[in-house]
Amino acid sequence: MTTNAPGAELTQTCARSVEPCARIQQVSKLFGSFAALRQVTVDLEPGRCYVLLGENGAGKSTLLRILAGLLRPTYGAVRVFGGSEPQQERARIGYMSHAPMLYDELTAQENLRYFASLYPGRHCLAPAEALRQVGLDPTLARTFGQYSQGMRQRTSLARVLVPQPELLLLDEPFSNMDVESARQMVELLSRFRHSDRTIVLTTHQRELAAPIADWILTLRAGRVASFEPGSPRTGPSGIDPESPAR
Amino acid sequence: MTRALWTHLLKDLRIEWRTLDALISMLFFSGLVVVLFSIAFDPQGEFAQHIAGGVLCVATMFASVSALNQAWAREIRHQVMDAQRMVPAPAAELYLAKAIANFLFVTIVQIVLAPFFFVFYNLHVAGNAWLLALVLPLGTWALVANGIFFAALSMSSRNREFLLSLILFPIFIPALLAMVQSTTLIITGESEPTLWIKMLLGYDIIFTTASLLLFDVVFHAE
Repeated sequence: MTTNAPGAELTQTCARSVEPCARIQQVSKLFGSFAALRQVTVDLEPGRCYVLLGENGAGKSTLLRILAGLLRPTYGAVRVFGGSEPQQERARIGYMSHAPMLYDELTAQENLRYFASLYPGRHCLAPAEALRQVGLDPTLARTFGQYSQGMRQRTSLARVLVPQPELLLLDEPFSNMDVESARQMVELLSRFRHSDRTIVLTTHQRELAAPIADWILTLRAGRVASFEPGSPRTGPSGIDPESPAR
Repeated sequence: MTRALWTHLLKDLRIEWRTLDALISMLFFSGLVVVLFSIAFDPQGEFAQHIAGGVLCVATMFASVSALNQAWAREIRHQVMDAQRMVPAPAAELYLAKAIANFLFVTIVQIVLAPFFFVFYNLHVAGNAWLLALVLPLGTWALVANGIFFAALSMSSRNREFLLSLILFPIFIPALLAMVQSTTLIITGESEPTLWIKMLLGYDIIFTTASLLLFDVVFHAE
């Protein structure tokens, strides 16, 4: 893992030499004269879970939107999956925003079926299966607009899962959720952590996300303020299956 | 028709079927225009035949704009558009599906409105009435194809409803002129509207092609 820690141009923080899933190099993003990101350099290893912390306006969402290919950096470059621009690899990237990104007037199944049809040539999860994976009943006939906040967040996550993306970008997945719903969401994400997917999630709630994080990255005023290891991965025997000492 | 185009179209038709938002607002608005014009001008005989084409086109235009202003509202709400930007399916198909859906809505409104229009204006068609079945869809497509494109272009603006009318109406003038002239000529039977119909067809081809080519840039703009 490589990042630009304060006071150093580039700091090697992890000795693993794996082809990064995403490479963010000296990325700055300006909105007018406001710098949302300032020379951020981060490599994201495949199969890892990264938690982005930071106050409002720290640049977390901007970084995620750049990784998703929805924004272009003003300076610097972002490469995903070995050298492509995010815009060229949209089908392999799943992005969940604060907003649910679904139609209120359709049911969860109809919403998911709609998006699944827009990934030609990609093996998508069946909408019912995606809903089951996030703990929702696929037979619910209510339209999405009538769902509770927790259910909306889960359906939104199900939408992201449908095309089976290799890079999951989750912007505030616990926002507006009650304690129980947030705990269930953490359990859900912890299951994904043990798959091959790379997860990047932003949150204000460090205590919720810390148990599932491989790396915790804190942004402050658009810069990487700290980069620290998260909780060790434990297999069924309690041993960290990724530990170099294994 | 590709799968993505069909998927977008079905989605728009299903949502409209459930809410009837566009249809109700268009029917109400166009009905009001037709009634108000008939009260204001008290159209009779030859005079009615001369203004009928214009009234029909203006009623269609105003009614369509009320729907076009809302054409992308559901995509803006909840940032659905970001999810659509992330899919690999071509954006042009989303544009085309939206245009076809709105074309169908406006056509339904015209079909419902037509009998009232003929009653209020005491009309009888002197020319080839079947040509109306060619002119009205061509004119409607000109309006909708441009309207959907410019509605997408003005999406990020705070005054998008005002902006849409400001951009759309001047660009629509050649099509409006062709639509009004050909409708009037068909109703009065004074001469053949062939030239105006050709102009309308040319307008449709040029602007639909341009919109299809440019939509991807507009849609993925930050």
